[in-house]
Amino acid sequence: MPVTTIAGTEVTVDDEGFMTEYDEWNEEIAAELAANIGIELGEGHWQVIKFLREDYKEQGETPMLRRVSNVGGVPTKELFQLFPKKPAKKMSYIAGVPKPHGCV
Amino acid sequence: MTFVPDFGDDDGDRKICFIASKGTLDMVYPSLVMANAALGEGIETHIFFTFWGMDIVTKKHMDDLQFTWLGNTAMHPPGKKLHMPQGMAGLPGVTAMATKMMKKQIADLDVPEVPEFVQMIADAGGHLWACKMSVDMMGLTKEDMIPEIEDIISATDFIELSEGAQVIFT
Repeated sequence: MPVTTIAGTEVTVDDEGFMTEYDEWNEEIAAELAANIGIELGEGHWQVIKFLREDYKEQGETPMLRRVSNVGGVPTKELFQLFPKKPAKKMSYIAGVPKPHGCV
Repeated sequence: MTFVPDFGDDDGDRKICFIASKGTLDMVYPSLVMANAALGEGIETHIFFTFWGMDIVTKKHMDDLQFTWLGNTAMHPPGKKLHMPQGMAGLPGVTAMATKMMKKQIADLDVPEVPEFVQMIADAGGHLWACKMSVDMMGLTKEDMIPEIEDIISATDFIELSEGAQVIFT
């Protein structure tokens, strides 16, 4: 696995650039990952990112958009505004969790 | 060296149109699941509802789609090498029972029922269209359908709007 430096910290990533170690993540890293893909993190983004991290820790897998919306409490429309075009992939990239694998 | 995933934000020109022509519970999911996935990938997505597929977006029917294995020889009870007798599917009450079982299996996968699924797709920016011939044939009006239907359009309109798109018939 490649190692790269993000926000002054060495982190392990996969070939695409997704972080692979849950515990290497911190908020400064999230801000830099977001900036890498043109997103400036605001309150709405943080709500999603925190939910993703908590839910991943509890469930052992990254939630799909429907779960982020129904359980995390951020409506689908808003998810597409916060993380345009590919919300599921972008939010997991920033939150330092794997890409979601479900179908719905 | 930094690794930044390519989210394909600049690709932008892929477009998918689904034609949803069936109203049986098992046959409405393919277009809904794939349209939802396409939207999640940032692809411009349209669904054209026609014939029995009109039930997916008709307020009166969308929460009451049914499943039968009549005519479907591939129906096995989950995980078993058994065939369900075709004649049994025609008995009174069996469609209701089979529908209930399938709905439970779908819910167990945390996949939404049809009304919520259609709403999710609309919220994700999916474009929903109703077929003019079907609307006329079934005596429907725009008020019979969910407000997320953008318009009632003709076959010609659909051919125009699907120019350059990948078209998938379900």
